[in-house]
Order: sequence, then structure tokens, then C-alpha cells
Amino acid sequence: MSAATVSTALAAAGPPRSLWSDARRRLARNRAAVASAWLLALVVLVCFAAPRLPGLADPAAQDLRLGAELPTIAHPLGTDELGRDLLARVLYGGRISLLVGLVGTLVSLLVGVGWGAVAGYAGGKLDELMMRVVDVLYALPNLFLVILLMVFFSRSLLMLFVALGLVQWLTMARIVRGQVLTLKHRTFVEAARALGASDRSIVLRHIVPNTLGPVVVYATLTVPAVILQEAFLSFLGLGVQPPDASWGTLIADGARVMALFPWLVVFPGLALSLTLLAFNFMGDGLRDALDPQDGQQRR
Amino acid sequence: MTRYVARRLLLFVPALWAIATLTFFLMRLAPGGPFNAERDIPPAARAALAQKYGLDRPLAEQYATFLVHAVRLDFGPSYKFPTRSVREIILEGFPVSAELGGWALLVALLAGIPLGVIAAQRQNTASDTAVMAVALAGVSIPGFVLGPLLVLTLSLGLYWLPPALWEGPQSRVLPVLTLSAAYVAYVARLTRAGMLEVLRQDFIRTARAKGLPERVVVLQHALRLGLLPVLSYLGPAAAAIIMGSLVVEQIFAVPGLGRYLVNGAFSRDYTLVMGVVLFYAAFLMALNLLVDLAYAWFDPRVELK
Repeated sequence: MSAATVSTALAAAGPPRSLWSDARRRLARNRAAVASAWLLALVVLVCFAAPRLPGLADPAAQDLRLGAELPTIAHPLGTDELGRDLLARVLYGGRISLLVGLVGTLVSLLVGVGWGAVAGYAGGKLDELMMRVVDVLYALPNLFLVILLMVFFSRSLLMLFVALGLVQWLTMARIVRGQVLTLKHRTFVEAARALGASDRSIVLRHIVPNTLGPVVVYATLTVPAVILQEAFLSFLGLGVQPPDASWGTLIADGARVMALFPWLVVFPGLALSLTLLAFNFMGDGLRDALDPQDGQQRR
Repeated sequence: MTRYVARRLLLFVPALWAIATLTFFLMRLAPGGPFNAERDIPPAARAALAQKYGLDRPLAEQYATFLVHAVRLDFGPSYKFPTRSVREIILEGFPVSAELGGWALLVALLAGIPLGVIAAQRQNTASDTAVMAVALAGVSIPGFVLGPLLVLTLSLGLYWLPPALWEGPQSRVLPVLTLSAAYVAYVARLTRAGMLEVLRQDFIRTARAKGLPERVVVLQHALRLGLLPVLSYLGPAAAAIIMGSLVVEQIFAVPGLGRYLVNGAFSRDYTLVMGVVLFYAAFLMALNLLVDLAYAWFDPRVELK
């Protein structure tokens, strides 16, 4: 191909497109994913800004004379049996739920990417050993491990972060290792090595950034998984402990009195389900947008 | 084939051993003993309790005894119900949980597979979108939200079904429905994806080209391969259903193993929790082996090595 044809071909293809700008365009076309992203942004913003929201009641302020009441203008989602404002409780609970989801995902991200990158790059016996550990932990349903940790150690919020993060990294480690195995013999890695880059900087600067696509997709799907697990544990009384409250504990409290005050279980349940649904839509959308195979089919 | 089974069984033992060891040492590392929750016990009584449960022995000896006993499912007496052994509790609770889980899995397959096939056959039509939207909603509504909602509407609202307990066939409906809902959705999604993959292949085009009716093409040629993702999902599904049964048994007061596990976890009944977790781990590993064998039988392209 002569220089002239190359330049005309380039001109026909328009400005250079990276994986990310391509992905952004594809994502923008997926209406469900975009709507979900906006909804999530709103939920995160409102929940984390809850203490500063004007007009929002104090979630702990009781009004025993009022008791449990159906939604009114003063209390848009009603009140619980102690007269506490349910909207405030749902927003503050969402703060804990989202925080657990994000921190748990972050822990799993750090451990999983580190473990997978080291195993894949080192190869040989170390790789074998590290992946055996993953296999063994895989055999145990991961919530059992969390339950064990919550049974044997104090049930603090910190312990919950650690426990949930520690069981979520396995799939991440496998994904990253697979990526690293295919990347480590590519020419740009050889080039970096020829230039005298250390193993450490090759892994951190050249390999890990190139695994980002699948990692981002999986992390997006990990957040709802962790939120769900936290709610699950809290529902059983093994997760967030009073006086802290999350969507899981609100649902558990509401379920106990649902025969009399059904809205106490319906609204927190709705908040949790909608958030999970939005995360799942967004994760699916991201996967479609970032999947290079899909891109090849379209071209 | 025999060699494959033997090799898998050989891997089975070290994995179980690793899990048992992990559990044992977690338990020893944990701050506080199982008797710390009670009010202050006189030192003499505390020593007597420790002796009775062998907690005064050297750690290595406790570990060895634990491993030997674990093989026989003998985890000693429950710490909270000292008159009952963990083994008794497992043998009593497991059949109930197995019945609940078995029905839930069956419902998930019987409802999920047809839905997935229909969605795949009508890809990108309104019915496909509808099925998939419902499936995504099903995945996103957890059992502990769905369960109370079903109780509210079907039993407290319409008086159709009993809201709790495990007596008679009617009492089975709500727990099974609650437990299976998410997996109906999952199975439908997997079936759809698997069928779409297969329906695109050449042998399907050949089958159509030789004039076979669409029903035969789909049900006899495509389904067998299209169901493979569902088959390999059975192992994780069983694990997820066991976890799900923890909340479902709690909501509906079903006297299964999950309820014992949760109550044991709540009251820090170490032996009970450990016993149930190890029992379920072994059960799931055996199940996964069976699933892998079934997979090879279903898909002639897989060679067991």
C-alpha cells in the first residue's frame, strides 16, 4: 500500500478512534443504559447529599404520637412505627448500601487485579499455586465465607467491607490473569522490555492499563452484587448492625411489621430493586459497548 | 472417563481439607469463645465446659480430632443446643431444604427454558424484549423483597395461600416461587443466549434447507446444544439456591438447614455453623462433578481428560 492510499484510507475513516471513544458512542446509543446511568447518578447524589438536603427530616427523630403513617406531604414515603420519616431513612440507608457496594468493589478490584496480574505475568509454579488458591475458594459459595467471617469476628462496618470485598475478587483475578496471558507476549511489551523497563513498570504501566475494558465491565456488575449481598446479610441480621441502617436492614424491619404497615417494606424494597436494575442495565450496556468482538462484526 | 472421575475425586479431598482447615483456624482466631455471649460464668464452670468440649487440649490435637470427626459428619454437640448433635441437626434440616431447593430448581428450568427459547426464536421482536425485560427485573428483585411482597398480596391480601410454615402442599407454593423467581430469569437469559448462538450455525441452516419443520429444527437439533450454558450453570445455581434458601426459610419459617445455619450464625454457635458450611461445601462439590459429567455426555465435542 502506497503512502497516498494509506492517507486517503485514513481520511475516509475520519478522525482516529480509540477503543474508548468508540465505546462511548456505542454506549450513548443504548437508551436503557444511558437512562440507568442518569438514574444512578441521581440516586448516588441524593443519598450522599442527604445530610445537607433542605427540608429532609432527621432519620432518627422519633414522633411516637404520630406513629406509623401512610405517605403525606410532610412525609412523602410515610413514617415507621416510631414516627420516623421513611424518606430520610431510605436515603440515609442508601448511603450505607452504596458505600458498602463501592468500597467492597474497590477492595475486590485491588486484590483481584493485583492477584491476577502477578499470577499471569509470573507464570510457572507461582501462577499454578495462585490459581489453585482461587479454585479452592471458588468451591465454597462465597457468602458462606462472609457468614463465617461475620460469625467469628465482630460485626463492624469495616469487617463487612473487608469480608464482602475478599470474596468478590476471585472472578476478577481470573479475568485479569487471562488478559495478562494474552498481553504479555505482545510486541509493545517486548519493546518496553527491550528498552530496559523493570517487570514492575511493565505490569503497572503497560499491561494493567490494557486490561481495563473487561475490568471496568466486571466492576460495574460487581457493585450491584455487593449491594445485594450486603442487603442479604443485613436482612438476616448478619450485616450492618444498629444504629446504622441500610436498605437491607430497612427491608428486614419492614418485613416484620408488613401485615400492618406494608409501605415500610415496599419503599425500601423498591429503592434497592431499582438501583440493582439500573446497575445491571448499565453493566450490560458497557459490556456491549466495550466488547471488541461485537465491534468487528459491525465493521 | 474413569480416569477423569478419579482425578476429580482426588482434587475433591484437598479442596475439602483446605476449606475445613480454613474454617477451623478462623474459628480459633476469632476473638472470644462461644460461651462469652452468656452472662458471667464462674471460672470452675468455664473450665468444666472447656474440658467437656475439648477446648483445653493442645491446638494440634484439637485440629486432628476435628478432621477425623469431620469425615463422619460428626461435629460434636451444638454449642447452643447442647442436647443435640450437629449431625442430627443436619440430617433433620437437610431433607426439608433439599425439597425446597429441588422444587425451586425444577420450576426455574421448566419456566426459564421455554421463555428463553421463545425469546431466541423471536429475536428483536416485542415478545423478546418483554421476556428479557421481565428477566432482568427478576434478577434485580431479591428474594427478601419478593417474598414479603408475595405474602402481602397472595396470602394477607387475597387469602389464597398460607403465609408461612411447611405443612401441606399449599404451604410449599410461596417459598418455592420466591426462591425460584431469580433463577427463572437467569435460566431464560442463558437459554436465549445459547439458542441464538446455535441457531446461527451451519447445521441448523442445513436442517432448515432440507425442509424440516421449524419445530423439529429448534426442539431436536438446536435445543440440545443451546441448553449447554444452562447445564453448566446448574452448579452455580445450586449454590445460589442454597444461599437463597437462607432468607426464604427465614421469611416463611421453613424448618430447613438454612434456618439452623442463620440462627447458629446469629448466636455464634461455632460447631453448628462449621458443620453446616462444610456439609454444604462437600455437597456442592459433588454436584459440580455430576454436572461436568452430564456436560460431557450432552456435548460430544467435549473430551474428558
